[in-house]
Formats: sequence, structure tokens, C-alpha cells
Amino acid sequence: MINCKALVIGGSAGSLDVLIKILPAISLDITFPIIIVIHRKQGTDSLLSELLATKTALMVKEVEEKERILPKTIYVAPSDYHLLIEKDLTFSLDYSEKVNYSRPSIDVTFQSAAEVFSTHLVCLLLSGSNADGVNGLIAVNGYEGEALAQDPSTAQVDYMPAQAILRARIDQILKIEEMAHYINSLS
Amino acid sequence: MPILSPITDEQVEILISDVLEQYGYDFTGYSRASLKRRLLRLYGLDKMVSFAEFRYRICNDSFYFKRFVEQITVNVTEMFRDPGFYKTLRDKVLPNLGTYPFIRVWLAGCSTGEEAYSMAILLKELNLLHKSLIYATDINPTVLEKAAQGMFPLSQMKHYSENYIASGGTKDFSSYYMANYSLAKFDNELKTKMIFSTHNLVSDHSFNEFQLILCRNVLIYFDRDLQFKVLQLFDNSLENLGYLALGTKETTDFSPISKRYKRLETDKIWRKVSE
Repeated sequence: MINCKALVIGGSAGSLDVLIKILPAISLDITFPIIIVIHRKQGTDSLLSELLATKTALMVKEVEEKERILPKTIYVAPSDYHLLIEKDLTFSLDYSEKVNYSRPSIDVTFQSAAEVFSTHLVCLLLSGSNADGVNGLIAVNGYEGEALAQDPSTAQVDYMPAQAILRARIDQILKIEEMAHYINSLS
Repeated sequence: MPILSPITDEQVEILISDVLEQYGYDFTGYSRASLKRRLLRLYGLDKMVSFAEFRYRICNDSFYFKRFVEQITVNVTEMFRDPGFYKTLRDKVLPNLGTYPFIRVWLAGCSTGEEAYSMAILLKELNLLHKSLIYATDINPTVLEKAAQGMFPLSQMKHYSENYIASGGTKDFSSYYMANYSLAKFDNELKTKMIFSTHNLVSDHSFNEFQLILCRNVLIYFDRDLQFKVLQLFDNSLENLGYLALGTKETTDFSPISKRYKRLETDKIWRKVSE
């Protein structure tokens, strides 16, 4: 069993609904941070973290740069910045070129997290209409972390998780109703 | 274990010390995750086959080193980025500075100049451009050459025009440029009050006193110690009651200068309230 030090969840179109469904069922006793990277329009930041905060009693916050990463906290990547993780377990933000037409890019955060957490990282890729996140999962494979994908048959837009299953080695394919239980079992 | 990344963390440190010794560019205070990503990107772009080759080119080919600086630093920018920020400049900050006989603005990390031209447009519309000077600086000489040309991709103009309107602009944005094939060439009048110069925030000193300093999305690439050092440099370069503007995710909080600065409500703009 993996000793999870961080869970990173990425998604695009159709992923917000999944988060809203699973957050209420996530245990308050999880022993790791959850980092969320969701594609969205610019300038809607606080709205997303405020919305997610209504679904859980865990602390939900939008990432501040150089902030220390703490367990039992849900971090939301700010819009229009890439989110990176430093070896000293702080966040960095990066306003460089878009990746897969996206900023934040899920690939960027998955890859960065894989380098830092290696075998202790779990990444979950949700519904979405492009393949951002798939190369990130391949990096997670390389570092022998755990790669998870939403069951495409339960996804509003199945392209993203389907590409993940096609191109990366996925350790578990999860239906929406299985996710919270699976996440809780990582503690 | 598979080969995960062609550059290891140790090799990143080797390059940082090479570049400091060889060229005097000091990247030691840069955030490593972002720096390593830039190095890997360049390594891939230039189809390097080994770290040894990459290192050799950087250390022994000064033309390649120029490209290295260009590519390692992030030069993504846009005109009127974060329109709400420009609206605050237009409605509050600049009218206030307009009561001064002369306005000196420093754009630190100006990249290809989009912010400098945005600032010049604001000053012109407020009828302040004639008594202003915009010092636009960057570590990277190549982007400054571009900035001095005042030509930006025509394909961006729809987006910039929307930003401009959202920032409170009421003119026809296209009146500020001439379309020239795929480029928009901005009015020469806008750059009459711009001075472009290289300046390295890590190693260079204060060079003037300003009423307004903008440095947006530069500090995010620095570690905390270097951020504090650069904020101190800004403090030394800002007149009392002058304004300091940072990027949406940057702050003076936690830094030693914070007690001398009062934030303007919601934007990332601080006013220096005591020496």
C-alpha cells in the first residue's frame, strides 16, 4: 500500500461536478494534502475555492506562492498560473507559456509533484475535453507513484480520462461513487 | 528506475554556479522548481543529447548563453493584463501622481514592453504623458530590443482591446496602432517617454527615485530571501507616498518593508507611508 504524502486531482470540462459530489464524503482525518488543478476562465478564482469550501469541513484555500504545504488541507491552483511544488514542500507559481493551451496545466503540476513526492504521490485525472494531465500521469508512472483516472463512462466529457487510460499506466479506474472511499483509504 | 529527467537537481546547481562564475548572472535565489522546468524546456527545444553537451554550450558559447538567458527567464506578458488593476491605476493612482510636477515610473521586468505601452496609453489619456518618464528595465537585452520596436502580434489585438475597455478605456483601441502585415505597430508618440535599459534585480542597485514602481509576476520566480532583497531595492527606489504594484499573487506581507506600506484596498498596490 502506498504511503500517500499528497493527492493531486486534475480536471477540465465536467470535473467540477465530480469534486462537488466527492468532497462531502472525504474524511476529515486524511493524513495528506489535496491539491486541485482545474481548467477554468481567468479571474474566477475565489469563487471556485469558496464553492468547494461549502462542500467540506476541511480547510480549502487558493494557493499563495511560497506557501507551505500542510496535510488535511485542500489547495486550489489559482487561475492563469502554473502551480509547481518545491522540494522544501512549498508551492511556487509560474506565469510561463500555456501548456496544452492551459494555465494552470495539469501536466505541469503532476510532473512537478512526481519529482518531489515520487512513490508517495497519488494523482487522479477527471473528466475533460483535452489530454492535459496525461503526460503528467506518465511522469507519475516513471516515479512509481499511483495514477488514477475517472471511469470514462461516468465522465461528462470522457476524452481526458480515456486518453489517460490509453497512454499511461493507470493503477485504478474509479467511478465517481468510488472515489471518496478510495481517497479515504489512502490515509 | 527509469531515466526520469535528463537534468538532475544536482546538475541544476552545477549550471547555476557555472553561469555565476562564467558570466556573473546570479540565479542562486531563483525558485528551483520553476528554474528546472525552464532548463528542461530549453534542453528539449534545442534537442540536447546529454547534460554534458548542454553544459558545454552554456559555458563556452556566449551566443548560446544569450539564448539561455532569453529562454530561462519567462517573457510572457500582455497589454492591460488584469484590467481591474489598470482601472485602479487610471482612477486612483495616476490622478494622484498627476498633481506632481514630474512622474517617474519604473517597470521592473518589463519583458517585451506590453506593460510599458499600456502605461503610456493610460498616461496619455490622463494628459500626463508629457510630464512622465517610464523606465522600462529587464535582465534580458533581447526582449528590450523588441520592446523598443513597439510592435506586437496583430492577432493579440482583439484580446488587448477587450482588456483595454475592461480597464476603463473609452477610445478606439485601434487608434493607437497601425496594422503592418501580422504586426501592430504602436504610435511612436507613446515611446517618446520610455527609456529602455538592462537591469538585473539580483545584482544591480537602485538607479533613481520613482513615484511608481511596477514589478508584476517577477517575484514569483524568486525564493523568499531574494524577494525580500528586491523589495528592499524597490523601497530604496521609491519616494515617500509613492506606489509599488506587484502581480496578483505577490505581496509585501511578511517582508521587512511591509510596515512602511499601506495597501490600496483590493488591488496589489501599496503606498509608501513613511520613510
